[in-house]
Amino acid sequence: MKENVIYSINGPVVTVKDTDAFSMLEMVYVGEDKLIGEVIAINKAATTIQVYETTTGLKPGEPVYPTGQPISVTLGPGILRNIFDGIERPLEEIAKQSGAFIPTGSAVDPLDKEKLWDVTVCVKVGDELVGGDIYATVPETELITHKCMVSPYIKGKVVEVKENGQYRIDDTVVILEDEDGNKINCTLIQKWPIKQPRPVTKRLPISMPLVTGQRVIDTLFPIAKGGTAAIPGGFGTGKTMTQHQLAKWCDADIIVYVGCGERGNEMTQVLEEFRELIDPKSNKPLTDRTVLIANTSNMPVAAREASIYTGVTLAEYYRDMGYHVAIMADSTSRWAEALREISGRLEEMPAEEGFPAYLPSRLSQFYERAGYMDNLNGTKGSVTIIGAVSPQGADFSEPVTQNTKRFVRTFWALDKALAYARHYFAINWTLSYSEYIPDLERWFNKNVDPKFLRYRQTLSSLLAEETKLNEIVKLMGTDVLPDDQKLTIEIAKVIRVGYLQQNAFHKDDTYVPLNKQLKMMEVIVYLYKRAQDVVSSGKPIRLILETGIFDKVIKMKYDVPNDNIDLLDDYFQMIDEAVASLD
Amino acid sequence: MSLQYLGLNEINGPLVVLDHVKDASYDEMVEIMCQDGSKRLGRIVQIEGERVVVQVFEGTNTLSLSNTKTRLLGHPMELPVSREILGRVFSGAGKPIDGLGDIYATKSMDINGQPLNPVSRVYPRNYINTGISSIDCLTTLIRGQKLPIFSGSGLPHNQLAVQIVKQAKVADDEGKGFGVVFAAMGVTNDVADYFKRSFEEAGVMERVVMFLNLSNDPIIERILTPRCALTAAEYLAYEQDMHVLVIYTDVTSYCEALREFSSSKGEIPGRKGYPGYLYSDLASLYERAGMIKDANGSVTQIPILTMPNNDITHPVPDLTGYITEGQITLDPELNSMGIYPPVSVLPSLSRLMKDGIGEGFTRADHSSVSNQLFAAYAHVQDVRSLTSVIGEDELSDIDKKYMQFGRLFEEHFLNQGFETNRSIEETLDLGWLLLSVLPKSELDRIDNAVLDVYYNHDKALQIFNIIEDSIVELEQAIHNG
Repeated sequence: MKENVIYSINGPVVTVKDTDAFSMLEMVYVGEDKLIGEVIAINKAATTIQVYETTTGLKPGEPVYPTGQPISVTLGPGILRNIFDGIERPLEEIAKQSGAFIPTGSAVDPLDKEKLWDVTVCVKVGDELVGGDIYATVPETELITHKCMVSPYIKGKVVEVKENGQYRIDDTVVILEDEDGNKINCTLIQKWPIKQPRPVTKRLPISMPLVTGQRVIDTLFPIAKGGTAAIPGGFGTGKTMTQHQLAKWCDADIIVYVGCGERGNEMTQVLEEFRELIDPKSNKPLTDRTVLIANTSNMPVAAREASIYTGVTLAEYYRDMGYHVAIMADSTSRWAEALREISGRLEEMPAEEGFPAYLPSRLSQFYERAGYMDNLNGTKGSVTIIGAVSPQGADFSEPVTQNTKRFVRTFWALDKALAYARHYFAINWTLSYSEYIPDLERWFNKNVDPKFLRYRQTLSSLLAEETKLNEIVKLMGTDVLPDDQKLTIEIAKVIRVGYLQQNAFHKDDTYVPLNKQLKMMEVIVYLYKRAQDVVSSGKPIRLILETGIFDKVIKMKYDVPNDNIDLLDDYFQMIDEAVASLD
Repeated sequence: MSLQYLGLNEINGPLVVLDHVKDASYDEMVEIMCQDGSKRLGRIVQIEGERVVVQVFEGTNTLSLSNTKTRLLGHPMELPVSREILGRVFSGAGKPIDGLGDIYATKSMDINGQPLNPVSRVYPRNYINTGISSIDCLTTLIRGQKLPIFSGSGLPHNQLAVQIVKQAKVADDEGKGFGVVFAAMGVTNDVADYFKRSFEEAGVMERVVMFLNLSNDPIIERILTPRCALTAAEYLAYEQDMHVLVIYTDVTSYCEALREFSSSKGEIPGRKGYPGYLYSDLASLYERAGMIKDANGSVTQIPILTMPNNDITHPVPDLTGYITEGQITLDPELNSMGIYPPVSVLPSLSRLMKDGIGEGFTRADHSSVSNQLFAAYAHVQDVRSLTSVIGEDELSDIDKKYMQFGRLFEEHFLNQGFETNRSIEETLDLGWLLLSVLPKSELDRIDNAVLDVYYNHDKALQIFNIIEDSIVELEQAIHNG
């Protein structure tokens, strides 16, 4: 057989001439060091390969080995609590082998092959299994039971099962026999190509919110389990902080956090913080439900492109077990830039701002992998995608933001002016939106209170009103406004500072349960109503402001602890007293 | 003796093309011998079969297709290092240019470095006391951080960098002292001299390594300059356990060199003609800041960049801001008001400060003070824009107080001068004093318990010699009869 050798090298792109040994998107090993690469273009003259590691030192004439498989991830117990690079290489293992810096060509198994897992087999000889069926369970962490599933597109009859007990991931625990009599060994792991969505029975309608404990999100712009959201914002507006808060507090079962082309120190911070943080519902460390994928900005650019797919494939795998999974991708702009960089090296015709013309289709393919699904094995699970977008020059009209906007249904626009005033989350309430509210109406009415969405509407109308009034205030000052409009400005300030703004470093304010959110809104709306009475009775608004009740309500988020929400009831009385004191 | 190739196939800007080259590897160094016997270094940037594209560091002046001999060196660009580099001056490509001869190297390091494994990093928490109020209180510098200075032409960014070096308490008992690595990329001789003189005056010259690529030096060398500097810094930090402060200026010139190089290679440009990989390229510099688990040293970076036309959305500051952990922005308006350092408070930010301040690091009330100062000063800006429309007289009472706060804040807090070195306590107390000018009810970012300890309205009025507005009103009322 003719050997396939490197012909040309340009950054992460290498070509092999005159060969038909490769297929599209196949994974290959490049050079003596066996760098991992992927076939991205084939024509009669040459095959083009992008290499997932730095190509320094590579020479033309070095061999390229086909593997016959697309770039895949290994799925099995041991994924949780782990930190991987963009192509599922465990960074802890690499550090053990090679020290603090990541060398090229590290051949490390994605999952620990030596570790013994407690396996409970849940099928018996004679059972007919199809793709997706669960044949064994493994307690992966104290929080999550891992379910080993038959790989999709495979079916057969169980001919042999092993005893329950301790097994390594490569050990066979169940043997199937398909229609043609072929034996299929089922171990604890399976492989899946990262660019191919895992199949499901059908998509289910969105019906549950992803509760995050962050007031501006849960109340004004909620996201659904199985939904998609984008967080665009210039640098310093708090994209990463928002993602961290969501990863810590949202009520998904599993979190996949993808640091895609971002800062190394941030990933270290996530690692350290999540180890220390305790999940409030289960009292276990947050790492027990988290997997991190870190491809920092100085790691090879092609692996950055892969990291997003790797993340979403892991998420889909856990969804298939019946879990609600949330994936945070920080940031999708870096991923788009990786596409641009590679496209430039291939000398493709650029579209807008140098991005390739296929940017929108790639973005939609990614976001469409979210959803609330009826899985092959009858369980129900969801993948929620929350992607940060880093628009160039904080200009939301740039291609990545605009194209993302077409495919997501929740849009949390971060605002520089709010961030400058240290108003976090700096989510701008006029630019942001959530299309999920009609879908979630039933859930809120049933599980929280029908008042929740009513109050939400009151708050958002007041904020809209304030935005309008601010146009006047900007030109003429507040003094010219009549008292009822002054009241709108004042109550909007209470909403902004006392409700929307949330302190991630305050022990109670960092996570606020929905019933406290409801109560807080109730207090604010009550304050508004009583103050309206005062104003309509002809008393100047100055009087009620001077009682200090507005400031008191602003600080209720700090003064009322989460474990004693009933204290909020006292505020109604305080408001009444303040109003009464004016007579 | 390795193979030599006679002549060249093509010369295009800083690039030359060789044909029929065997056994070339990507990123390998080459040496080009000119007719006059001088040698130039180059690097292989593209290979196509036996056709090799080489980037020549010292430029292609006087080269012709026939008058050169080229030799492949067999390794990527390396920098010889040892402890001796301290106190020395190098060219942008890492050659000694201070006339003291070559250094005796204990090892050679690849200047491209390797990506630091996130699991081997230590999350930076130790704050560096710079003695500058606006930085210490509002954008605290943390050891292992990369915190650029966003500046413009004519602003005192160089003085600020020197003041940080002079005043910074970087060293402690664990490490073996601290070092400074200074890299000049495309700056004038005057600027390079200013830094050198300042380091000498501060008595730190024997702890400084300088890499100079001045504005009249070849641009290709400019692309290597920060890489050489960071390699030296990594050596000192991770192998000699020093705390290294890397200052490099000017990143904008660096990016322009990269653009020039990219367009001569015929690459497809991204925004404003800069190459599409500018983000990855800058990241490969900035991400080399940090601390690692098995070494006591640290690399802290203060890159300086001038924003063309003071535009923060220009690709260079924009991409930088996305990679670095915050930024210190300088403001021409404050500068023209005579305020030094003219730190523009609102767009400045330190992302790592939240974990490096407070109890055990600075003082428990630090985050309250800085948050409230930010919020209050942000409101001052709103009031000022209102003032420009309706005039100051028409402002509400409370907004007038904010105007006053804004003036005092700039005059006393920001404006501290080149020689003043404030301790963190002085800085925070000053912050409280300024906040106390405002009525207590306005301080909505602070817990009441903290307020009770530090808020002192009367003292603030007395010190800043303010007469309360109510008294003014009273007087006016009497005056008007």
